[in-house]
Amino acid sequence: MSTTTPSKLEKILAAGHFAVTSECGPPRSCDQSIVDEKARLVGPYVDVINVTDNQTAVVRMCSLASCIRIKQLGFEPVLQMTTRDRNRIGLQSDLLGAGAFGINNVLCLTGDHQRFGDHPTAANVFDLDSTQLIQTVKRMRDEGKLLGGQEMAEGVRPQLFIGAAENPFADPFEIRVLRLAKKVAAGAQFIQTQCIYNMEKFKLWMQQIVDRGLNEKVSILAGITPMKSVGMAKYMKAKVPGMDVPDEIIKRLQGVPKDKVAAEGVTMAVEQIQELKECPGVRGFHIMAIEWEVMVPEIVERAGLSPRPEVS
Amino acid sequence: MIMAKPKPIEEIINEIKGFDKILVAGCNGCVAVCEAGGLKEVEILASALRMYFGNQHKNMQIDEVSLTRQCDKEYLAEIKDRIGSYDAVVSIACGAGVQFMTEMYNTKRIYPGVNTCFIGVTEEKGVWTERCQACGECILARTGGICPIARCSKRILNGPCGGSSNGKCEIDKDVPCGWQLIYERLKELGELKRFEEPVSPKDWATSRDGGPRKLVKEDSQI
Repeated sequence: MSTTTPSKLEKILAAGHFAVTSECGPPRSCDQSIVDEKARLVGPYVDVINVTDNQTAVVRMCSLASCIRIKQLGFEPVLQMTTRDRNRIGLQSDLLGAGAFGINNVLCLTGDHQRFGDHPTAANVFDLDSTQLIQTVKRMRDEGKLLGGQEMAEGVRPQLFIGAAENPFADPFEIRVLRLAKKVAAGAQFIQTQCIYNMEKFKLWMQQIVDRGLNEKVSILAGITPMKSVGMAKYMKAKVPGMDVPDEIIKRLQGVPKDKVAAEGVTMAVEQIQELKECPGVRGFHIMAIEWEVMVPEIVERAGLSPRPEVS
Repeated sequence: MIMAKPKPIEEIINEIKGFDKILVAGCNGCVAVCEAGGLKEVEILASALRMYFGNQHKNMQIDEVSLTRQCDKEYLAEIKDRIGSYDAVVSIACGAGVQFMTEMYNTKRIYPGVNTCFIGVTEEKGVWTERCQACGECILARTGGICPIARCSKRILNGPCGGSSNGKCEIDKDVPCGWQLIYERLKELGELKRFEEPVSPKDWATSRDGGPRKLVKEDSQI
């Protein structure tokens, strides 16, 4: 399979390997050492590291600056971009900046509503939505054109492998695949899913993707988040928008001694990966160990995904 | 129509407490329908203010008027002869009415008595909800008659987002997901094809992003 960009993630997928990605949430300060630590911790065990963009509408160090830092450390970042905080002028400007620093992956998101964050009185932007951001990146990369029509010569266009997120568990369920198809039509090349806990529902979603042949056009990376505690599982079930945590997950965590819950959470994540390796259409794993990046190496190793393949 | 809700009375008192003669001016247009600024609300606000200042032993004259509309000069002119005798006016029209009265009587202080909220409908007695953001380029023909700009919290044109759950928006369990409504409607109409096509970025220049707006209908001009 030929590649469209210098992205390592794209090469890994093109070579037929399962891709492994993880993410790093920047700090709520200028403390660059936190990004460095997280990147050094997970970097050797994954192909690329996503850097979140003010996730849950909480102000953090910007994704682009953190991506540049990760690149300087020798790892490959995925620039997450939401359309909540910047209009098409700001977004395209940052995409040009990313291209200039050799960032080769972008994840196009709409973003959580600011009501959930630390600045609920902020105005939101939403000049574009995630699908339109995908269209914008594709146009900049493939046609060398900004949305306003301005042209860029070949060689000075952003070379970005385009990703999007999808939540197989949001409602209405029957349109999740249609919406994915829309993102693929707009130009999405890889998809990182919401954290999966309801395996049955995920497989049903995956089956629909395969039935429509969408898995031939886009690489689906299954979202895996280890549960650290019973409290976390209950919180995710009750409070996190669009999250589907079946009661069996909570029961299983409750069934082990308190000091073994975290280890059980990791084991469950490993088992999920093993199971999903057999699921038709799954091309890799996006391991989001939320504020628990230290567990990523163990999960990757136990799931038989280490060492990561070399590609050039 | 334009929906408004009364300001907390403390806020109004704070603005007018230094004066002696106040006119409370209502509007019998939109704000009367949403029970915020019509004849009845003028009476209620004026009575409450009289009671407050009476309790404070302050000699304050508070008079009442209710205009047909405050967004037309001919109706604003109805108070031309009497406005001179007041120190200030509390207008309980929408923000447009308050401003137009200020423009017409620019030597007077005109204070808003309501918070203007949105363009909406009377869903049931005492309940009003938003339907339109006046973006200046209507797309309802393509979205089954349900507006994603007014009804989706993120005004996205390729929805729903990942936060839609049980038909409700991620911001509040009481807010319907606009895109779920659009999807259901398009399905009913047999127009799901429209849903599957990516919608390109919108031209917001006709919205407030293009600056203060103006409409001119030449054949109506004298």
